[in-house]
Amino acid sequence: MDSIDSILEKYPNAGRDSLIPILQEVQEEENYLSKDNVKRIGKYLGLPTSKIYGVATFYNQFRFEALGNYHIQICRGTACHVKGSEQVLEEFKRELDIEPGETSRNGDFSLEIVSCIGACGLAPVITVNGEVHSKVQPGDVKDIIKNYREEVKENA
Amino acid sequence: MPNTSTNIRSELVQSLNKNPGDWSQDLQDELKNYQHKELEKPIIYIGTGTCGLGAGAGDTLKEVKDYLERNDIDAEVKEVGCIGFCVEEPLVDIQLPGRTRVGFSEITEDKVEGLLDSVFNGQIPAEHLVGQFKDQDLEPYEDIDYIEDHPFFRNQTRRVLENCGRVEPTSLEEYIAQDGFQGLAKILRTTTPEELCDLIKDSGLRGRGGAGFPTGLKWKFALDNAAEQKYFICNADEGDPGAFMDRAVIEGDPYRLLEGMILGSYAIGASKAIVYIRAEYPLAITRLNHAISVLKEEGLLGDNILNSGFNLEIKIKKGAGAFVCGEETAMINSIQGKRGMPSPRPPYPAEKGLFNKPTNINNVETLANVPGIARNGPEWFKSIGTEDSKGTKVFAVSGDVKNTGLLEVEMGVRLKEIVYNIGGGIADDNEFKAAQIGGPSGGCVPKQHLDIEIDYETLQEVGAVMGSGGLVIMDENTCMVDVAKFFMDFIQRESCGKCIPCREGTRRMLDTLKAITRSRSQEDKSKHESLKRFKSVVYLKRLANVIQDSAHCGLGQTGPNPVLSTLRWFRDEYEKHIYERTCPAGVCKNLITYNVDEDKCVGCTLCAQKCPSDAIKGKQQVPHYIVDEECVRCGQCVEVCRFDAINVK
Repeated sequence: MDSIDSILEKYPNAGRDSLIPILQEVQEEENYLSKDNVKRIGKYLGLPTSKIYGVATFYNQFRFEALGNYHIQICRGTACHVKGSEQVLEEFKRELDIEPGETSRNGDFSLEIVSCIGACGLAPVITVNGEVHSKVQPGDVKDIIKNYREEVKENA
Repeated sequence: MPNTSTNIRSELVQSLNKNPGDWSQDLQDELKNYQHKELEKPIIYIGTGTCGLGAGAGDTLKEVKDYLERNDIDAEVKEVGCIGFCVEEPLVDIQLPGRTRVGFSEITEDKVEGLLDSVFNGQIPAEHLVGQFKDQDLEPYEDIDYIEDHPFFRNQTRRVLENCGRVEPTSLEEYIAQDGFQGLAKILRTTTPEELCDLIKDSGLRGRGGAGFPTGLKWKFALDNAAEQKYFICNADEGDPGAFMDRAVIEGDPYRLLEGMILGSYAIGASKAIVYIRAEYPLAITRLNHAISVLKEEGLLGDNILNSGFNLEIKIKKGAGAFVCGEETAMINSIQGKRGMPSPRPPYPAEKGLFNKPTNINNVETLANVPGIARNGPEWFKSIGTEDSKGTKVFAVSGDVKNTGLLEVEMGVRLKEIVYNIGGGIADDNEFKAAQIGGPSGGCVPKQHLDIEIDYETLQEVGAVMGSGGLVIMDENTCMVDVAKFFMDFIQRESCGKCIPCREGTRRMLDTLKAITRSRSQEDKSKHESLKRFKSVVYLKRLANVIQDSAHCGLGQTGPNPVLSTLRWFRDEYEKHIYERTCPAGVCKNLITYNVDEDKCVGCTLCAQKCPSDAIKGKQQVPHYIVDEECVRCGQCVEVCRFDAINVK
């Protein structure tokens, strides 16, 4: 028995309405939705894999590839946009050489756009593994990434 | 003393069936305790909402605890929600026994020691001071202004937010000490569901999610549809970028929302309720989960609530990130485990909603208004506001205004007052240009209409909507075409794809806006593209009207609003982009170039060091120049230049 089984066990006699919560829990546990896990969830709920894929691709939250060690989320809400988050995003793209939704080849960084973190008073906002950086200017990006790169080296 | 506190909590809940005047003396004394009137030791309050944490409140909290331990000081540390003054976070309040509570701003980790040193030595430092909280039972400090007289708070009418940032959001006792659950107890004792619907209808409360439908009427529809099982849903899927009212209410005062939900469920006869909340709000989810488990323990949720025979179970469903799920029928589909696409109405959710049962859906702020109405009556609620819009409205004000944050004003307040009095005016003394209200479904209010009253109907007259309460203030350096493009990009990405007008139409509108903001070199050389540019204003308008008329749900129908409203008020700006290929605000990066003014540049190399793409060349003490092909137009050089030597055209 593994972690997926113990998640599924929490939903006895589960119906379709448990699909999204199960997907969320599995993703939280495994960091992404693997092909095998999607199949297992389908078997458990009696749903074809195609249906699950249809639901999972509809929502922004679900992903089918593993995240990097540092998950960078750039807020693209209105307040952040007005305060220049587009330039911040451009800078991250350039520094890391990846597009939003991708993970750097060494697996250190993932870049993602989120619609609003809800900390508009501190715009532009980004989060790295849940840690909020506020009032980020394009010029700060290099330093932010440098700090995390150093952390990677220390941990290695 | 966890045991005694649990007992007191139960006792408080049990006493809810009596008037507070009839409560035993012991309990009255306890209440005073929870109102922080009779302190045995100092209390330090730290605002640890998401915004506070973003500004570093987590480190402040840790440092405060360390300080108390280091200096062996016996004091209580309370984590409170957000009082709304985001720009001054992290906020720390200190209350000494017998004295009023004093608020301080921008207390980052390194400022904790200095602040606490002087406060515990009997000195209230003037630095970082916001003011003291009015309380007639406590001794005020001389020469310190009241927080209630602070410009940010003076012009507010706080009803929904009255507890936010003041009480400990995890403590049921503190909520009850602020008259919480009195309304529920009174209604369950004296009022039938039908009467409750009428009472809410009478109060004039309208949906705060944006559309402004009368809440009492909505409840009545759901009540009138008899069924064995009904559902009550709270919409906390705050997807509107630039709005965070719901998050602040849930993080700062979760019991208020739950009381509102219990009342609503009672009114329509639902025994199951669901909070559909964004997964991006982890702290709010934690607070809500905690509050639900406490209410279950105390019998305020579950079977036979307060001996009324009414049963209710509340569950949390985490949204998975789709803006369209804010639409009622899409949300219902999402809860049922399907793609969050809207269904045709009728049948309305009040007849056939979740699992085909009668369902009622209300927004967080709407429900947070209900306990006050239940407690104080409809007359109290409608005593403020305008003819058709009663009560207050919470706004999340952000953008180019000095005091960004969360504020609550009486309906009918003028926009000017929000921007200049509460908001403190435009940052950096720039000119006000427009206020975007209502998010992607709303529109912008230009300068000439700053005098407009905040009211559902008057906002519609200028092409904006109340929306859920996102209010983004923009200054002269904002390009309105860019803002329209931003919203169109958002709507186009978030369109669920079910109906063609929204799926294809918003895409075409976005394409047109992109064509307007393209430089000549990037242009497709075919005649088609230049024709598209010249036709664009007419084309955008016509397409927008088609989408408004024919899209399936509210998201699509209101999607073109930002374009229409910017076209209405800032048409000249569109024309400058189209005919002159310039961006007057200097934002659309394909239409601007950066140049160094050789007379002003002293060759300090600061810009060259900051330039992310090494586009700035030049030797020390010699005027620099910018290689246009290399320039990524990030604007960093303008930010850092101390000699104002970089021109944007």
